[in-house]
Amino acid sequence: MIAIIDYNAGNITSVARALENIGGNFVITDDEKKLKEASHIIFPGVGAAGEAMAYLRPQKLDVALKNCFAAGKPMLGICLGTQIILEHSEENNTDCIGLVKGVTRRFPDKLTCGDRALKIPHMGWNSVVLRRKHPVFEGIAPEAEFYFVHSYYPAPAEEAVVLGVTEYGINFCSALTFKNLVAVQFHPEKSGRPGLQLLKNFCAWRGK
Amino acid sequence: MISKRIIPCLDVRAGKLTKGIKFKGNVDIGDPVEAARQYYEQGADEIVFYDITASSDKRDIMIEVVRRVAETIFIPFSVGGGIRNLEDMRKVIGAGAEKISVNSAAVENPQIITQGAKAFGSQCVVLGMDVKKVEQSKKTPSSYEIVVEGGRVYTGLDALWWAKEAQNLGAGEICLNSIDADGTQDGYELNLTRLISESVKIPVIASGGAGKPEHLAEVLTAGKADAALIASMVHYKTYTIAGIKHFLAERGIKVRNIW
Repeated sequence: MIAIIDYNAGNITSVARALENIGGNFVITDDEKKLKEASHIIFPGVGAAGEAMAYLRPQKLDVALKNCFAAGKPMLGICLGTQIILEHSEENNTDCIGLVKGVTRRFPDKLTCGDRALKIPHMGWNSVVLRRKHPVFEGIAPEAEFYFVHSYYPAPAEEAVVLGVTEYGINFCSALTFKNLVAVQFHPEKSGRPGLQLLKNFCAWRGK
Repeated sequence: MISKRIIPCLDVRAGKLTKGIKFKGNVDIGDPVEAARQYYEQGADEIVFYDITASSDKRDIMIEVVRRVAETIFIPFSVGGGIRNLEDMRKVIGAGAEKISVNSAAVENPQIITQGAKAFGSQCVVLGMDVKKVEQSKKTPSSYEIVVEGGRVYTGLDALWWAKEAQNLGAGEICLNSIDADGTQDGYELNLTRLISESVKIPVIASGGAGKPEHLAEVLTAGKADAALIASMVHYKTYTIAGIKHFLAERGIKVRNIW
């Protein structure tokens, strides 16, 4: 059973529908007991880091997540879920969960590509250049693109955890992995077939 | 680098497409969910639905359409038309749409943009702008004016001012429709699109006037648009989304090629 963590942050239903489509068995929950029982954890999210942490902390969901991670359960972070897995976010100057060392930064104000000014948020389809192979990206063409919408990006402290990089004025870490965790900045649930493939791969992944 | 988005637009009235959409074998499809599925499979990057249902008692039919679309396609889609308040937004987003677009409701009550952005995030709130070229005046220094009710009513708002204002109020994107170009199939309003796109930080979707792939190439380069809305040129099977993308890619415009 896959647990999708419900913390009042947006796109839970989109993730649920994508899992239905690939035949994944899931439960939407904020109950620590159910998280403990789950085989896999998905930590989604859209919205702001400050509000998300203000909701998670009193519910002790930050602690529950740390416990799941320590227990070796395969975990997938999505978008805001990925950003607050790091130690700190520049968004609302928020202390986050800290499963992975590093911070979440805001895109610089004047982003350009050649002579073209780039828009913020980074909204639309972009590719992910993988630094190495990973079971969660198995069977996905290197040219495949994923749907992004964000103004902040994860900046892990250690290069070793960077799994994939995306170019938008700067090169930023769009996928990271650390032990039994994979976390992506894009939305696999809204990224067509490559996104569904990634979710399928995650559901089959043992976290090693 | 980010791809330019190609976005088919579907008009829906009381749960049915208002124009037949012809796909392979000349099948006329009246079901918006089926049309959305076909465009999803043909490589649309996003889909826009406009609910043009006149009577409010039939609006809930659209919510059911949204729910079915969300089960069927796995790309972002937005819903506009008839969204007047936070409760309307909540229903549409709750049913599975990524974005809602507000147009005349935002002209009447600009705070709806801020309320929507606060409740669901800026990325959820698209400002739809219907624009007409007018004489330059004190009221309309950009010589473009915001119109409502399909272009019949002039609001007195300068289009450039309104775009910036909406961005400040929290809109995450602008869908910019030229009423002058709309339906002509003679090409997008390039000057208007460039003016707005260069003046705001948020992405701009160009709308109105697309008749052939060259028009998309123009608006995505000279027009500085981040995305292009299309309707008739694909609804009537004159072009396919894949064909349009191939055309754009050959001209060095980055588009999503695998789906």
